[in-house]
Amino acid sequence: MSQTAQSSGAHHPDENRRDFLTLATTAVGVVGTGMALWPFVDSMNPSKDVLALASVEVNLSNIAVGQAVKVMWRGKPVFIRHRTEKEINEANEVALNELIDPQTDDERVEKKEWLIVVGVCTHLGCIPMGTATGEARGDYDGWYCPCHGSHYDSSGRIRKGPAPLNLEVPTYTFLTDTSVQIG
Amino acid sequence: MSAPVWNNKVVKWVDDRLPVFTMMHHTAYEYPTPKNLSYMWNFGSLAGFVLVTMILTGIFLVMNYTAHTSMAFDSVERIMRDVNYGWLIRYIHMNGASMFFIVVFIHMFRGLYYGSYKAPREVLWWIGILILLAMMATAFMGYVLPWGQMSFWGATVITNLFSAFPIIGDPLVSWLWGGFSVANPTLNRFFSLHYLMPFVILGLVVLHVWALHAVRSNNPTGVEIKTPQDSIPFHPYYTIKDLFGLGVFLIFFAAFVFFAPDYLGHPDNYIPANPLVTPPHIVPEWYFLPFYAILRSIDFAIFGIPAKLLGVIAMFASIVILFVIPWLDTSKVRSSAFRPVYKWFFWLFVIDTFVLGYCGAKAPDDYFLGIEGLHVITMGQLSTLYYFAHFLVVMPLVGKLERTKPLPASISESVLKGGANA
Amino acid sequence: MRKFALTAIAAAFAITSFSASSQAAGNAPVPAAQEWSWNGLFGTYDRAQLQRGLQVYKGVCAGCHSLKYIAFRNLTDIGFNEDQVKAIAADYDIEDGPNEEGEMFSRPGIASDYFPSPFPNDQAAAASNGGSIPPDLSLMTKARVNGPDYVFGLLTGYEEEAPEGFDLAEGKHYNHYFPGHQISMAPPLYDDAVEYTDGTPATIEQHAHDVVAFLNWTAQPELEARKSMGMKVILFLIVLTAMLYALKRKIWSDIEH
Repeated sequence: MSQTAQSSGAHHPDENRRDFLTLATTAVGVVGTGMALWPFVDSMNPSKDVLALASVEVNLSNIAVGQAVKVMWRGKPVFIRHRTEKEINEANEVALNELIDPQTDDERVEKKEWLIVVGVCTHLGCIPMGTATGEARGDYDGWYCPCHGSHYDSSGRIRKGPAPLNLEVPTYTFLTDTSVQIG
Repeated sequence: MSAPVWNNKVVKWVDDRLPVFTMMHHTAYEYPTPKNLSYMWNFGSLAGFVLVTMILTGIFLVMNYTAHTSMAFDSVERIMRDVNYGWLIRYIHMNGASMFFIVVFIHMFRGLYYGSYKAPREVLWWIGILILLAMMATAFMGYVLPWGQMSFWGATVITNLFSAFPIIGDPLVSWLWGGFSVANPTLNRFFSLHYLMPFVILGLVVLHVWALHAVRSNNPTGVEIKTPQDSIPFHPYYTIKDLFGLGVFLIFFAAFVFFAPDYLGHPDNYIPANPLVTPPHIVPEWYFLPFYAILRSIDFAIFGIPAKLLGVIAMFASIVILFVIPWLDTSKVRSSAFRPVYKWFFWLFVIDTFVLGYCGAKAPDDYFLGIEGLHVITMGQLSTLYYFAHFLVVMPLVGKLERTKPLPASISESVLKGGANA
Repeated sequence: MRKFALTAIAAAFAITSFSASSQAAGNAPVPAAQEWSWNGLFGTYDRAQLQRGLQVYKGVCAGCHSLKYIAFRNLTDIGFNEDQVKAIAADYDIEDGPNEEGEMFSRPGIASDYFPSPFPNDQAAAASNGGSIPPDLSLMTKARVNGPDYVFGLLTGYEEEAPEGFDLAEGKHYNHYFPGHQISMAPPLYDDAVEYTDGTPATIEQHAHDVVAFLNWTAQPELEARKSMGMKVILFLIVLTAMLYALKRKIWSDIEH
């Protein structure tokens, strides 16, 4: 910018001579500054202890059919629903072309009576209602997000409202029939 | 100083409404600078660089630091072990504090040698002293934050200094602590102030540079700029010289950060703070050692004023006295290059500050440099005496009595003759 | 004035080394400097030695000393693969909870757990150790002057009998390098205290070298990354500074100064 300035009085013999040495030094300096800034940027990424955060193990034996629970995993709630026969059927009967984010129920569960999803609305991150008994579960027998009115079905798929995607399915493995490890 | 003409339309539009580009042009580009500045004039801009580095690393450290007595030490260890490049950012910050003082002390000694405090630069000098005081407060409070043994006991000892004042002493100390000892409220307020002070320093630096540009830079001859031949524009001559100096300085800095990161610190600060056990050797960081030696050297009462209070007064006086040296120095010549007698006293003063630093690091009953019979406390007292005598006796007397060498008629004349001091 | 700058820098170095030596001065002798693999500009850790050191820590030190800043996952740094780390972690019982009934429970360790402390709190530690609290070892080599040499000296510096005329308190042990010479810790090492899996002869000195190496890693796990980055940074800065110097010469070439 200041190169465009013309000031009378002062004369700078080398000012406008962009010779090789000036260019090379500037380039090396700029690269060096850039590299020096990276550690600062990277320090804001998840740290090693955060990345190593424990996976959670959940005992399923206390969750009755038709009941759902919330557990904490990586600072977020995970919904675990012990689905009824009716809920499983509803999830399987819907035609894929009716879905906003088409996915079959089989793709979303490992054992059909257990639905395990990350309980964070894919719209703007609120926690949908419907886990605790008696809460509004929306029009599709799943979850209802009170923030902006998204309805999820009994497979955790988005059916109505502003959310673009189905509730995320975390990685999990069944250690036994009654215990699951999430993460 | 003519107003620059801006060709870029956007620049011109902004500059017509807020002449920020014109200001930058005058201060960092066109600023007429004496053509004979030595590398001793690099340390001002270096200090500015270190300040920015400290603020930047500090901001990122705070993102992972927890100011609570039960978590501070652990959070620092988490920065060192788990945060990406956390060890690098912390080691830069830790060693950066030492670098800041090295650079600023050299900057101040340069000012003393070349009489940069003399008229019309008194206010410039004063602001510099305020920056030093703010730096000392910031460094002290920052050292408390990791909550190691030295943090805790350093905070305890230094805050207890204030108990020396009669009547208000004790209430003042518990006010500083926010309790009956250095504890969580103390840590929290030190954290708050440690984050605030660098921005106060930044404001003072702006004033310092403003004052500098009003009175212009001093130079090794101490002769003011008289004709356009005496000066050159700041850019590109001094920007490139400062950048070269910065490169050399960064190598020195990096050597500490990467290969001796704990060399300037104390091992005890890797032990978590324990209010029940004082470490056997409490020593402040190296940059406080001369002042610590002055504090300790007063072990006697005068006129019923207790030694403890006198020590505190002497320590504060050792910095406050710098405010009045523009008037204590009676010489008509600025630069020591033309003051054959004062020059020797200047170097004696430099040595004196190092002797004080050495005394501050040692136990009072140790022998000075191992010399049998010469106790550190005695040497500290003699050095303290010279420290004050230098300003109160040497400066006024030598300035009056000394026969100075003839000054060059101008900066350009001195340059043609081959420099002010070979 | 050039000599001024040099003098100032030299003196600054001198003063800092004075202050460093003042800390070393005490009533204990200075421990002999050992040859450590990480010494010098290019020194790195010896993975096999660190693993032997971990064995010594587990077999000898861990009964009384915690290592609370080290997680099992960190052990991948000293050459274990993830399965080995999982196996090491699973050997430990970790207190977790509360569970659904609100009770604390014990489970096998996993990689993200930290080494469990031998005592639940300082009071329990003091009660079991004649009033002395065994310090945490994670940072020990950084928390003492010449840390690695000191810890090595301490571990190998025991005398069966205190010297003539030395008043050794009940339950204390005489050590050359401990400040005051009276240490609560009984001599921890003896020949074959740990049987090394790699067949290294298990002398006291070997044990001490290995465990100090391990503890220096726990104190400075970043050491290798730090030094190798430092080499690159300084080489880069030398090149940049040389270019800046050449540019400075060129720009100033037409100025009398």
